[in-house]
Amino acid sequence: MERFTVLIVDDEEDFVDTMVRRLRAKGLEVDGVTRGSEAIERLNEKDYDVCILDVKMPGMDGIETLREMKKKKPLMEVIMLTGHGSVESGVQGLQLGAFNYVMKPVPFPDLLQQVIQAYERKVIEEDRSQQ
Amino acid sequence: MSLGFSLIPLLSLGATIYYQFSSAYSSKITEALRTLIQNRRSSLELFFDERIAQLVIVANTHSLEALMDESYLNQVFNTIQSRSKSFIDMSVIDDNGSHLAYVGPHYEKLKGVNYGDEEWFNAVTSSGVYISDVFLGFRKIPHFIIAVTRRQGTRTWILRATINSDVIDKIVGGGQLGKKGDAFIVNRNNVLQTAPRFSGKLLGEPNTPDFSSAVGTIVEKINLGGEGTFFATSQIPNPRWVLVVKEDVGEEMAPLVEARFVETMILIPGILLVVIGTIMIARSMTNELIRVETEKAKSDDFVVQSAKMAALGKMAAGVAHEMNNPLQIIGDQAGWMMDLLEEEDIAKSKNLEEFQECIRKIQRHLERCRSVTHRLLRFGRRMEPTQEMINVNEILSETITFLETEAHHREILLDTTYDDKLPRITTDQAQLQQVFLNIIDNAIDAIVKRGTISIVTRYEPGNPGEVYIEISDTGPGIPKELLGRVFDPFFTTKGVNEGTGLGLSISYSIMEKLGGQIMVESQEGRGTKFKIFLPAT
Repeated sequence: MERFTVLIVDDEEDFVDTMVRRLRAKGLEVDGVTRGSEAIERLNEKDYDVCILDVKMPGMDGIETLREMKKKKPLMEVIMLTGHGSVESGVQGLQLGAFNYVMKPVPFPDLLQQVIQAYERKVIEEDRSQQ
Repeated sequence: MSLGFSLIPLLSLGATIYYQFSSAYSSKITEALRTLIQNRRSSLELFFDERIAQLVIVANTHSLEALMDESYLNQVFNTIQSRSKSFIDMSVIDDNGSHLAYVGPHYEKLKGVNYGDEEWFNAVTSSGVYISDVFLGFRKIPHFIIAVTRRQGTRTWILRATINSDVIDKIVGGGQLGKKGDAFIVNRNNVLQTAPRFSGKLLGEPNTPDFSSAVGTIVEKINLGGEGTFFATSQIPNPRWVLVVKEDVGEEMAPLVEARFVETMILIPGILLVVIGTIMIARSMTNELIRVETEKAKSDDFVVQSAKMAALGKMAAGVAHEMNNPLQIIGDQAGWMMDLLEEEDIAKSKNLEEFQECIRKIQRHLERCRSVTHRLLRFGRRMEPTQEMINVNEILSETITFLETEAHHREILLDTTYDDKLPRITTDQAQLQQVFLNIIDNAIDAIVKRGTISIVTRYEPGNPGEVYIEISDTGPGIPKELLGRVFDPFFTTKGVNEGTGLGLSISYSIMEKLGGQIMVESQEGRGTKFKIFLPAT
């Protein structure tokens, strides 16, 4: 698998921790943060290919964070995590340019699949924008 | 209560009319009686005045000497008698009470009589004119005496005549009205002067109250032995007699009695009408109240039930949401462990397969939890009223998943036959599910243990309810007399704390709202069948 960078944003520290480990084990370059504002700061330091973003977070929530991210890095693909099961915020995310949304709890293989697809799309989009 | 009030005007009207009529009628009778008695009294007075006048004329137009001549007196007497048969005899008496002359049928007996000590003699010498009470005398014929005094120079003499009281009887008899009316005269000692019809015997005491001291003309109603009787009394100054006219109320008041009868005949149907009307109005109002209250209870319960379901839905969603994050982390941790097991040194461990089996079990049961939370979330979302395109078969199979465990424990077989051609319909999924849930839940309760619940769907194009759902159980069935009440609110055969009696009532309301229909068929001992029709939209 091609090595690419992933940023995980979720207020559940244990979730972030486990995800980071498992994705790293799959050979990806992964960072994790627990706050939306923290994620935006990270984007200033580093480019990420894919972001896994929780919708429901204290402080800056998923939708707000997504807006900021798309301003800074329009090419970065974002996968929304909707723990609420509320389709509305997921759909709203799609309208704001998210790649897809997945409902918690999501089996790891499914999430990994989504991450890979998101990266592939990013590559295609980048190619198109360079042409 | 209201009955009493509604009768008050009717009864008071009746009483007032009767009272007015009766007093008007009484006063009319009183007037008539007064006129009658005054009339009679005038006749009597006239009769006495005429007799007195005749004697006064004779006494004053003749000298004592002329009248002392009995043949002349006889001549005068015959002249008077030719016009007035009531004169029986006539005599001239001197101031000592001795007869000076006598004309009449009792010459021998009376010629020598001296009246000097008689009461009437003293009265006539002092007052000039005297009329006696009635007496029978020698001839046993009722008569009375009129005597007048003549003063001629220094001599005083008296002209006396005996008069048959037949005429008085006739005049008084003119006041005897009707079948029971009576009229008579009493003197100042309450002795009858005429022969009444019913009230006593001549010269006896009347069996009526004592009117002998009555003054002027009075009409009064006196109750004798429970029956009202009108008495009119009028005093005749000379000879101080009292004329009495008695009238029987029963007879005179006959029109009043008739009026009372007619009024009663009007009042009784009136009262009956009011009573029946009151009862009917009260009954219809009560029925209307019961109907309104039942309807209100039904809708109230529907609202309460909906609110309850909405709250339940929110709670389910909340629980599911809170569960999701921990479940996610558990799953990820287990996955991570699985990943690590593939590393070389652990892969060599003799317990590797045990570890792998453990993790697989954790993941399998996490999967179960996940399906539960997803179902809860869907349930929660669905509590809000929505309209969506759904497949009834799917709703049914989803509903069954909620009840499968319960049915399984009770050894109840859920036999489903779904029609694949069933069209998707637009309806409120949650409410439809609630209906299915209620009916299948009832079926399970009815069977108690061991039995079958058959669920059949069928597409019937062209019918008003095109989507047909049939849910039948092999329970004990519903008795015929209760079958009509199963959709009533609060009707339940379950214990106090087991059922609210609302399930089927709510189901019925929901089906009405969704434009469908729900029907029940049951045979005791065979089971119950619910038929549901839904329009295909």
